[in-house]
Amino acid sequence: MAVADTTDQHDHDHDHHDHAPFIAHHFDGPEQQFDSGKLGIWLFLVTEILFFSGLFVAYILYRSHHPDIFQLAHHHLDKVLGCLNTIVLLFSSLTMALAVRSAQKGKNKNCELYILVTMVCATIFLGVKAVEYSHKWDLGIFPKSFFNYSEGHHATGFLGLSPYLIKLSVIPALLLAGFAGTSIFGKLTDKPAMGKFFLGMAITVAGYFGGVFGGIVYQNAIGSGHEQHASVSHQPMMLHAAMFDDDGHDHAEGDDDQDHADGEGHSDEEHAGEEHAEGEHAQGGHHSELGHSMPKSVGAFFSIYYCMTGLHAIHIIGGVVALAWIYYRSQQGHWREDYFGPVDYVGLYWHLVDLIWIYLFPLLYLID
Amino acid sequence: MSDHSHDHPSFNHAAPLPLLFIVFGALIFLTIATVVTSNIELGEFGFIVAMIIATMKAFLVCAFFMHMWWDKGLNILVFFSSLIFVSLFVGMTLLDTGANMESIDSFPTTEDSSLSTTEY
Repeated sequence: MAVADTTDQHDHDHDHHDHAPFIAHHFDGPEQQFDSGKLGIWLFLVTEILFFSGLFVAYILYRSHHPDIFQLAHHHLDKVLGCLNTIVLLFSSLTMALAVRSAQKGKNKNCELYILVTMVCATIFLGVKAVEYSHKWDLGIFPKSFFNYSEGHHATGFLGLSPYLIKLSVIPALLLAGFAGTSIFGKLTDKPAMGKFFLGMAITVAGYFGGVFGGIVYQNAIGSGHEQHASVSHQPMMLHAAMFDDDGHDHAEGDDDQDHADGEGHSDEEHAGEEHAEGEHAQGGHHSELGHSMPKSVGAFFSIYYCMTGLHAIHIIGGVVALAWIYYRSQQGHWREDYFGPVDYVGLYWHLVDLIWIYLFPLLYLID
Repeated sequence: MSDHSHDHPSFNHAAPLPLLFIVFGALIFLTIATVVTSNIELGEFGFIVAMIIATMKAFLVCAFFMHMWWDKGLNILVFFSSLIFVSLFVGMTLLDTGANMESIDSFPTTEDSSLSTTEY
């Protein structure tokens, strides 16, 4: 950042647009600097699109070859939580656009507030995502080679929460404590800027726990009815899987617990069973017969699911870090009518992350 | 733009406030619409409808939230060039996927070969 060393000039030429404080010396003026930065961020967004397109190609290929697996797998994804997350992200895009607008008008206070709302929306999204992920992991829904689905298996940890969710929440909890502590420490030691910034960060991380709380409340609300339905529809598949297993090996009765217990070991044999099953399916063609191919191959859908949503979540985290920088600079009052580039650039990145989710949501959650 | 350049620099074009809220409303409407249409049995058509709605949402975000409507032609060109390369990537890969089916089909179909032909 070549701009940092010119900060001290900010006060005395505040009123003169001609002597902008944040213009790097190698630019003619604010407009050239802005346009260069904007072209740069567009080029970065292009690389991001190409980066994600590899995963989209994997999705398209796999779906075109095995549409039945997608039909089965998407029943494990909750449309309501997905829709909720979509709306949260769209709202964060709106507040981001409003933040850019405020920065363009030199209203640093408004910009600061909008950026904070955007960051909180981002962490709410991550919190809901953590609930979704941990619920799947509880059921043994992992990427392909670890896929070990078992409806009955429900490990519960502290307060009846998923142990995976607790593990996922350790880092946010530490961050929350650290930010809150730093904020209080900053206030006590007469560093108001530090106290203010870390208060915002603490509120941001608290958004994660808000998302987790909302997700858990929702899942408990629908919990009993949903699981009943799920166990009815998936029971036959598990039995089939166990039966094929018996064909290949001398395993005992095909009950769910047995199947769960040695799920890793017999993956290849089970695979052979699936091939038989698919042959039968081609002749039968009945809907319930689709269950034959469920146990292992559905894991491949979830490999794609975890890669796409996981990479997207990493981009959200990266976005929050970038937004934190914008938040800090808003508090410092850096934005003015001829200098708002960084807000605009981070905004463009944030909208792209939203854009990718706009496609991920129907592709992953709304298959029918 | 040039008529109020005395207020702020010409490259500073703020999106109109009502427009941003209208776009947000439209995005929420389209999100609900895509969830509703996914619950209706449309068969093969359902995927196309979902993609059309997603593309409409993408247009709204790009054009107004990302200021592309008022942006320089070069930036728009750069952005759309990425879509050209993505479509090449997808198209060429899809063209190639069926290319080896013939040799797979002619492969002796014994009991053992069923293991190797389908690797998900």
